[in-house]
Amino acid sequence: MSKRRTERLLSIVVLLLSTRRYLTAEEIRAAVSGYPEQYDAFKRMFERDKEELRELGIPLETGLNNPFDEEPGYRIKKQDYELPEIRLEADEAAVLGIASRVWQSAALEGAAAGALLKLKAAGAPEPPDGDDDGDDKRWPGIEPRLSTQEPAFGPLWEAVRDRRPVTFSHTAPGRSGAIRRELEPWGVVNWKGRWYVAGHDRARDAPRVFRLSRITGPVKMAGPAGSVTVPPGTDVRELVKDWNVSPARDHTAVLRVRAGAGFGLRRWAGEVTPDGDGWDRVTVSFADVPWYADYLASFGPDVMVLEPPDLREAVISRLKGVLA
Amino acid sequence: MSRAGPSPRIVTSAERLRRLLALVPYVVSRRVVGLSETAAAFGMTERELIDDLNLAWCVELKAPDPYCPIDLSYEGGEITVSQAESIARPLRLAADEASALLVALRMLAEVPSGDSAVARLIAKIEGAAGASAAASSQVAIQVDSQNVGDMAAKITAALAAGKRLHLRHYNWSRDEATERDVDPMRLLVVEGRTYLEGWCRRAEGVRMFRLDRVLDLQVLDVPREVPEDAEERDVDAGLFRPSESDERVELELSAVARWVAEDYPCESVTELGEGRLRVVLRTPDTRWVRRLALRLGEDARVVAPEPLVAEVRAAAAAALALYA
Repeated sequence: MSKRRTERLLSIVVLLLSTRRYLTAEEIRAAVSGYPEQYDAFKRMFERDKEELRELGIPLETGLNNPFDEEPGYRIKKQDYELPEIRLEADEAAVLGIASRVWQSAALEGAAAGALLKLKAAGAPEPPDGDDDGDDKRWPGIEPRLSTQEPAFGPLWEAVRDRRPVTFSHTAPGRSGAIRRELEPWGVVNWKGRWYVAGHDRARDAPRVFRLSRITGPVKMAGPAGSVTVPPGTDVRELVKDWNVSPARDHTAVLRVRAGAGFGLRRWAGEVTPDGDGWDRVTVSFADVPWYADYLASFGPDVMVLEPPDLREAVISRLKGVLA
Repeated sequence: MSRAGPSPRIVTSAERLRRLLALVPYVVSRRVVGLSETAAAFGMTERELIDDLNLAWCVELKAPDPYCPIDLSYEGGEITVSQAESIARPLRLAADEASALLVALRMLAEVPSGDSAVARLIAKIEGAAGASAAASSQVAIQVDSQNVGDMAAKITAALAAGKRLHLRHYNWSRDEATERDVDPMRLLVVEGRTYLEGWCRRAEGVRMFRLDRVLDLQVLDVPREVPEDAEERDVDAGLFRPSESDERVELELSAVARWVAEDYPCESVTELGEGRLRVVLRTPDTRWVRRLALRLGEDARVVAPEPLVAEVRAAAAAALALYA
């Protein structure tokens, strides 16, 4: 069944690529094996075939050979179908091999593999096998990987690609309930290993950024393809970066830090002076009290806050919370 | 992909057509190519390949005059296509295919390698993809920071020259810095973070170092010596794979601390209502969990293992005693 269908689809592609004239459905039925005699059954099957060919990216063109024709016909223009000439050097083919293995995501892993096959079919040299241990064969020894465990990635990528608005439920950090959002998505960004979608929030009438892992439930398309316009000059990466920006470290704290400990925070230290009994007195800059109090609490009995008082109280409260 | 190994599986008629439309030009561009080589390139068995070749050869157009558009042979294990008509060139890249490759390549381009192959390949693929490449700019990957880029450049240089590295590395969970000599094996870029994988001469084993935690790095004028049996980690299985011998840690998190489940790979995540979660994770080293529990204060509770519960409480009590 499937074999016959593949054969039929392949025949249609070959037929429509070799015609200059538009061929009607009836002419296609006459040329291709496998269509039923009964007209309605044929029409249904032909519609499904057309849909499948278009999904594969085959540029099926519809038109009339002359204005008096009653029924439109079909053809495939060679220049729309064919991959343009592309010649790859051996080192480029090696990079291509690495790039085709980057995605570990249902949405794009297959697409990368499909692209690799087409480029090989265009004559690209076989990339060296990634599992091969031969150092000399492998391009500088870089292996990148990208995965998209968030189920929202697939539909959001499709929405971005097809320029369609979406709706989804999103739980903001620290909130227990999800809020329904309607978004015109401009782009999907991976920032420090986390996926975000940036776009125009219709209810807020402003740009917004949402982390994919905080989207719960299905992402639904909320409009037709092409109905989203990305404002010219939009840099989705900048939007996500601004949303994630670390506040300036414009506060100062004085700490007692056990000698040899607190290595991470000493990287930000200004003045460090011995403070007796195996302790150092360390002056550091920080951005905001709650965040820095959490950080200092993580050092346990290796760090003690002397100043400012609100930071000292926040650390004490964190530590009491552990014992509560 | 070839990684999956040839095994019989169900292929839809659409997938099979996609494969056939690449297979014919693959052979055409090479004139003569072996059955086994081709099967490997397409990730299928020779049996499946022969079925595909037979299918293409059997295509027959009945009208206006009956003829067979594809003629090929695979006698003696060598495939040749003597007639392929309109499908001698591969189909254009679809938007998904072009984007999957271009996004991966632009991510690769951010890792300084001192090699122009990535940039050349990006230009060629953009050129060949044409309009299909448009959506790829809507997906962006940000890889680490500038500082990391400088180190990555030194590492790729060391890899290319086969030199040993000396590095000072900050271990977050132990809050200490160590110095070590490392023979580089490769650079990994996983989930936006860059890692050096290499043979650590101090640990006498393969180790990974997150570059944003490397404080200082020098290329030594010593040839690198990676033991024959040093094994690279299988990054496709995830960077951090829990092992049977790892400690099982159970935490209860408040709504505020839900991010823990997003940022750390958890074995299980259970909703407890009102946004609270119970998570189970496995780790060979519980010191980082201790730090995490201290920073989360009342927003987290370590449930198991018992010694860790006691350790966290003791650390909090000792820290509070400093303020008494």
